[in-house]
Amino acid sequence: MPPTNSDESRDLAFQEAIDADRTVEPRDWMPERYRSTMVRQIAQHAHSEIIGMQPEGNWITRAPSLRRKAILLAKVQDEAGHGLYLYAAAETLGVGRGELTELLITGRQKYSSIFNYPTLTWADVGAIGWLVDGAAITNQLALTKTSYGPYARAMVRICREESFHQRQGFELLAELSRGTRAQHEMAQDAVNRWWWPALMMFGPPDSESPNTAQSMAWKIKRVSNDDLRQRFVDMTVPQSRALGLDLPDSQLRWNEARGHYDFGPIDWEEFRQVVGGHGACNAQRIAVRRAADEGGAWVREAARAWEVRQQSRTSAA
Amino acid sequence: MTAGVAGLSVVDLREVALGLGDDCLVLSHRLAEWTTHAPELEEEMALANLALDLLGQARSLLTLAGEADGRDEDQLAYWRDDRDFRNLLLLEQPNGDFAVTMTRQVLFSTFQELLYRGMAAGTEPRLAAIAAKGVMEARYHVEHARLWVQRLGRGTEESHRRMGQALDLLWPYTQELFKPTESWSRAADQGAVPPLSSIEEPWRHSIESLMVDSGLEIPGFPAWQSGGRLGRHSEHLGHLLAEMQHLHRSHPNASW
Amino acid sequence: MSHSEDWPLWEVFLRGRRGLSHQHVGSLHAPDPELALQNARDLYTRRGEGVSIWVVRSTEVHASDPDDQGPLFDPPSDKAYRHPTFYKVPEDLQL
Repeated sequence: MPPTNSDESRDLAFQEAIDADRTVEPRDWMPERYRSTMVRQIAQHAHSEIIGMQPEGNWITRAPSLRRKAILLAKVQDEAGHGLYLYAAAETLGVGRGELTELLITGRQKYSSIFNYPTLTWADVGAIGWLVDGAAITNQLALTKTSYGPYARAMVRICREESFHQRQGFELLAELSRGTRAQHEMAQDAVNRWWWPALMMFGPPDSESPNTAQSMAWKIKRVSNDDLRQRFVDMTVPQSRALGLDLPDSQLRWNEARGHYDFGPIDWEEFRQVVGGHGACNAQRIAVRRAADEGGAWVREAARAWEVRQQSRTSAA
Repeated sequence: MTAGVAGLSVVDLREVALGLGDDCLVLSHRLAEWTTHAPELEEEMALANLALDLLGQARSLLTLAGEADGRDEDQLAYWRDDRDFRNLLLLEQPNGDFAVTMTRQVLFSTFQELLYRGMAAGTEPRLAAIAAKGVMEARYHVEHARLWVQRLGRGTEESHRRMGQALDLLWPYTQELFKPTESWSRAADQGAVPPLSSIEEPWRHSIESLMVDSGLEIPGFPAWQSGGRLGRHSEHLGHLLAEMQHLHRSHPNASW
Repeated sequence: MSHSEDWPLWEVFLRGRRGLSHQHVGSLHAPDPELALQNARDLYTRRGEGVSIWVVRSTEVHASDPDDQGPLFDPPSDKAYRHPTFYKVPEDLQL
């Protein structure tokens, strides 16, 4: 088919379709930068789900009751599933899962920095569910309306499945908070360590987020980093009171004029360090992923070889 | 001795449920250790499903086992030492590679499916109910493990070699599957559970035909390791329990 | 090196309950049809979402070209007589 449009008019038509809230589907024409931004964002999201299995997975074999063990195992399994949905969404843009895994384990693509913090006690499992999943859901709910169809559909499925993740974290912490003194302290300590990193999950402030404007125009991103962060803080403060746990910020208070909670400054230097690969667990997380990938190569290879033999047997018959 | 339902004594019911419950708990623990280490993400999902199914069965069985003396599932899981665990030695063996894990799975799940089939038709209603649900799950576990044994057995030279090693490693623990404890024999006499001798032949037939299909040979040496059902375990179980129990025991009387 | 080749991609279709048709729910990787079915069960029916599964190799799906959207899908819009609302019937009549 002869191209009837110049690139420029195609770009324009694309933007018009986006403005009219038309979803972009895999085989539609799209600007190269839209495609590459989408691939990067979906891949980073997928990697985060898979790497995110590690900090919580760290406690499955030690879970303090069989009920909690079942919940945690199911939750970590869900994360593997969510990674799968997302890798599949990225694959609709023409990049294979193996290719993306390679980019992850060679450090060329990133994942959410939150997973570079260690889970030191059982209460961390609760804090991750309550704060980290709470932050993730805030972000992901906004993404259910993202412009790329396969990504939006994956988000819908993920949000539906994740509704129990935050609740189990809240319930776990509530049990600890009203438990023995040692349990309460364990819970408070975990919240102290996870609160600020959870706020950093929304990314740098809008003033320092260079890609935000284009991402908003393309409706890849529907709500800005700072707005999402505020939404999360407003939602979480009353929950912390219900839990009987303090949030570690002396400047946290209701601002009647704004109709929002004010909160203290975020340590963006820490954020940069962890993103830059210098968090407590960066090397460890990648090493585990790499070992699984390399250790599984012979299994994947054997299954392929078996299928090739089956095929040739069928065609010979 | 108090007679339970269907003439099965409380002690025998407890021993039977404890043995089967510990099987599920220990194997579930081993499968859960695969989390984040599986050879492919789809298999991550499958291994977690197996672990979750078995954990669910363990909870039902331990709850039943603890009924007589008022202990709940957690008291039984977290406050017994290894000499009081009744699981098969096969199930506490370390995961090894994926070949070892799938071989262990097919050896056990084939056994468990046959056992549950008999128990589901048995005279003890609570055991029968647990078995009726469990047999569906076991059926799936068998299918999944069989698919993998076939693929690894006939896949590449390396996978074939690893499967051979796995079978040699685990075969010594298979005879224990069919060694009844005294409680089991009495429960079988009451019709609550199948006599283990009745499922040995179908098990052997199923495993042998799978291995032939998969180009693998069952080792010629005798399978003589046993003791798990009597609380004489391998060195591995102590470490498994240390990990599983330490947090719970560090906070006695806490609730979670 | 370990990524010389991914397992093939499969499209998964689920029948939510008896009486409904199969619907596309997503995709996955598997080396062969049998494992594809098992993987689909593990991935897409964890919460009892289905009673029957189809898996189809993604390469076997032939899709219409989005640029043909006009020729393929526009014609019905000028055939309003295919839709029941085209016809006038007395308002008090059940039809």
